[in-house]
Amino acid sequence: MGTLSERILGAPAGEYVDRKVDRAYVHDGTGVLTLEAWKNMGSKGLCDPSRLSVIFDHIVPANNSTTATLQHELREFAKSSFLHFSDIGEGICHQCMSEGVVLPGEVVVGADSHSCTTGAFGAFATGVGATDMAAIWLTGETWFRVPESIGIHLDGNLSDAAEAKDIALTYVSRLGMDGGTYKSLEFTGDGIRRLRMDDRLVICNLAVETGAKAGMFYADSITTDYLARYGQSAEPQVQEPCSYVQEMAIDLADVVPLVAVPPRVDTVKPVRDLAGLPVDQVFVGTCTNGRYSDLARFARAVKGNRVAIRTIVIPASRHVLREAAKTGVLTDIIEAGCTIGTPGCGPCLGAHMGVLGEGEVCLSTANRNFKNRMGTGGEIYIASVATAAATALEGEITEPGVP
Amino acid sequence: MRGAGHAVNLGVDIDTDVIIAGRYLRTKDRSIWAAHVFEDFDPALAPRLSGAVIVAGRNFGCGSSREQAAIALKEAGVVAVVAPSFARIFFRNAINIGLPLIEADLSCRDDTIVRFDLESGWVETGGKRSPVRPLSPRMLDILRAGGLVEYWKVKR
Repeated sequence: MGTLSERILGAPAGEYVDRKVDRAYVHDGTGVLTLEAWKNMGSKGLCDPSRLSVIFDHIVPANNSTTATLQHELREFAKSSFLHFSDIGEGICHQCMSEGVVLPGEVVVGADSHSCTTGAFGAFATGVGATDMAAIWLTGETWFRVPESIGIHLDGNLSDAAEAKDIALTYVSRLGMDGGTYKSLEFTGDGIRRLRMDDRLVICNLAVETGAKAGMFYADSITTDYLARYGQSAEPQVQEPCSYVQEMAIDLADVVPLVAVPPRVDTVKPVRDLAGLPVDQVFVGTCTNGRYSDLARFARAVKGNRVAIRTIVIPASRHVLREAAKTGVLTDIIEAGCTIGTPGCGPCLGAHMGVLGEGEVCLSTANRNFKNRMGTGGEIYIASVATAAATALEGEITEPGVP
Repeated sequence: MRGAGHAVNLGVDIDTDVIIAGRYLRTKDRSIWAAHVFEDFDPALAPRLSGAVIVAGRNFGCGSSREQAAIALKEAGVVAVVAPSFARIFFRNAINIGLPLIEADLSCRDDTIVRFDLESGWVETGGKRSPVRPLSPRMLDILRAGGLVEYWKVKR
């Protein structure tokens, strides 16, 4: 009995527990400080390196020699330490962990705030900082306060113009940027049976934008079928009676294409209310919306046309890029005039590959639109892939049509 | 775990991108983070942080897991941060690097003196004491050690 968080962590909400971590990962950003903190803890040992991953995704390839030097040190350590190492171009850490690595019921900790993404598999997945991760390298475990859970019930059918991103923006706007703080979000209801894994990953990815510790779906046949394609076998999880501190119902039929207006992810408006707003750059990608299904959706919308403004498309992983190349999706995107980047985070965090200039406006499929995040003086509007495609073709914020 | 400092008031939902921008993360030189703390938010803020207790609105430290945000505040001389709630990764990060966080609803003018005692569980300004949501025993231990690195150094 209990919420999925309570069952996986093995204690009721509010208790503090020490738990073994099944998967722990860092990226090139947080890994540098993790390595330093781990060295300063005075140990040369890693507790079970087979559970640990270092995945380069934030600034790949390195943008300058300072970054390259830091990455070199971490790369050399990773290669010599028997942990899993993914070098530049393998993909965004959360996506790599979503490609047949994370399994239902696992405790997963990433040194990145969007580590809540793989809760989509029915895992307890959450983010920490570098020093917490260093202690996990050392001991193989960490402490948690078992979170209370908010039940978000999704019912009905999503319209063709709306997508998982619009569901995510709906609950983020209703909860607000701190409505989920210290809590876990559990997504249930009849509507989830029509959401593919890619959709569930989008929905869990934005959990942290409400302050939540985790966002979770119960594993079902959609989960196990997905994992089977990666050669993994897993059992579905059956929901048990449990108590939520708060509940929310979303009728998917009511969800329309939405935009989060800068500088807050919870300030959400229908796309049609912002139609006509001039845009300088469109960015499609990230741990939110850089999967194969996203690229395929984008390609369908732009195929045979030319984008009106600079448009950057970055696959979330090498696997996604390979699929897009194999099926012709990549060619459609290139022929529409878009620029393709190395699999990774791209310009989302404002480091490279599409940083904004003063006064510029970007419509992005990412998850954050904080002030100056993608460049000083730039503004970020957050939306779905379909909205990004319609906007790229028109050069101004445009409501997507029914595909 | 006692301390005191002059109040510097900030609003709600202060995110880690505004505390330290992404373009300054690729270094191990902590003085760089202190030098650029809150740069895009309010360039006049950094010089006021030495010896300060930040008194902020709810959800302080939301967004990215970058530990550099907590380190930047500490290196800039911030003594503690008081807020009604903190984003949870920032909460862990700050305690892990030895920066006290005080979960309390406080209102005071800039530059008034704020005192706190985390073991006894109070924060005080203008002669008025407010209760503090207690830290877990583990978090207090980590803070007492000076951070998680020192905590594990002693423990091993």
